[in-house]
Amino acid sequence: MGAPRSYQTQAIIIKQTKLGEVDKILTIYTPEFGKLKAVAKGVCRPGSKLGGNVELLTHSLLMLARGRNLDIVTQSQTIDGFLVLKSDLWRMACGLYVLELIDSFTLENSGNHPLFDLLLDTLQRLCQGDDSETVLRYFELHLLDYLGYRPQLHRCVGCNSPIKPVVNFFSSSQGGILCSHCGQKEPDSRPLSVGALKILRLWQSFDYATARRVKVRSELRSELEQVMPGYIKYLLQREVKSIAWLRELRKESIVDNNCGRN
Amino acid sequence: MVTTAEPVTKLVEAFNKLPGIGPKSAQRLTYYLLSRPGEEAKALAEAILALKEKTRLCSVCFYITDCDPCRICQDRERDHSKICVVERPSDIPPLERTGKYNGVYHVLHGPISPAQGIGPGELKAKEFLSRLQDGSVTEVILATNPNLEGETTAMYLRRMILPLGIRITRLARGLPFGADLEYADDMTLSQALEDRQEF
Repeated sequence: MGAPRSYQTQAIIIKQTKLGEVDKILTIYTPEFGKLKAVAKGVCRPGSKLGGNVELLTHSLLMLARGRNLDIVTQSQTIDGFLVLKSDLWRMACGLYVLELIDSFTLENSGNHPLFDLLLDTLQRLCQGDDSETVLRYFELHLLDYLGYRPQLHRCVGCNSPIKPVVNFFSSSQGGILCSHCGQKEPDSRPLSVGALKILRLWQSFDYATARRVKVRSELRSELEQVMPGYIKYLLQREVKSIAWLRELRKESIVDNNCGRN
Repeated sequence: MVTTAEPVTKLVEAFNKLPGIGPKSAQRLTYYLLSRPGEEAKALAEAILALKEKTRLCSVCFYITDCDPCRICQDRERDHSKICVVERPSDIPPLERTGKYNGVYHVLHGPISPAQGIGPGELKAKEFLSRLQDGSVTEVILATNPNLEGETTAMYLRRMILPLGIRITRLARGLPFGADLEYADDMTLSQALEDRQEF
């Protein structure tokens, strides 16, 4: 017996592309099938029944019918619209950054339950008003972890010696920490303070409940903002597009009050 | 062996490049034009040429126009203290058709789209903010699309306009005429409830 003609799945809408006048191709992230592309017909019409249920940054329950090339969304119901997130410019920008990372790093049809849970939890944390920089860095570290790019933070990736509590280096090309000796020989590595390394280790090894309790000083924040996106840029071999928007908002001081900035 | 006349092939190829027109439709359009009188084809060709040669963007509102400033910006009967901000030139005709708005417009030429790397610098946002500096504007209507990109754009502009003390309004969101309550999404429904009106 072949696969059933239609199936139901939870999904987070991570991307939309216009298709013709009123249709859209949705890129969705599901727990069972990973990333999928599906057509939402007539979704640009004001009276569309799919409408807001398939808007970006929405956790929905979808019914999909198998199509020849792409599956077609036939029914939809919102589970969580993340309305708090959508009413705040900074948090929405954070959410879009998270979606772009998921879209960039994942392949179609490869289910990853923990990654789906991480994505869902991250969007919920942004809604709850948690410190957005902690939420983003925690997400980045664990996303890389689930995909096999976990940075080595405990031993030197050059000489395998234990890391001493001095200023060390982070090498994107070697995927981890270089000791102060090896780091000086690697021109592409960037210095990493003891404090920043400790926080990265803690975020990498502990659960979110512990990670969120750590108060990060503002100078360490700026350091961490550079390290992780730098590593991600190296892995993708391109800049994440939505990071430019986050930087623009930071420049205009449009960041929320909970993230410890002025 | 090439059997079709070159002008026919050329026009089929040209039509095929247009959005939503496949090879069959392109062929049908070409043969239709071939069957029509010469004047009709000439009028179409002239209209296409004039589209590129005689239109430009209005230097005030950035709407597509054949005279600068555009007819809307020149109209003294209109209320120039109200500016309605839209994403695209094609958003203005439907608003005009309602006959309910007598102010002027500003076309941003797109929404802020972080996923595509489009920020306010790529839009006509700076030009819009400079229009507000002389103090003659009393109300800004943010008519960007009610989707994530439109919301981002509206929220960003609101941040920028707020210090100027100008009244900022947003087009109401709610249930469209002919819709089914059962199928409405949470965001629309909650907005419709919040903005409910006396009846």
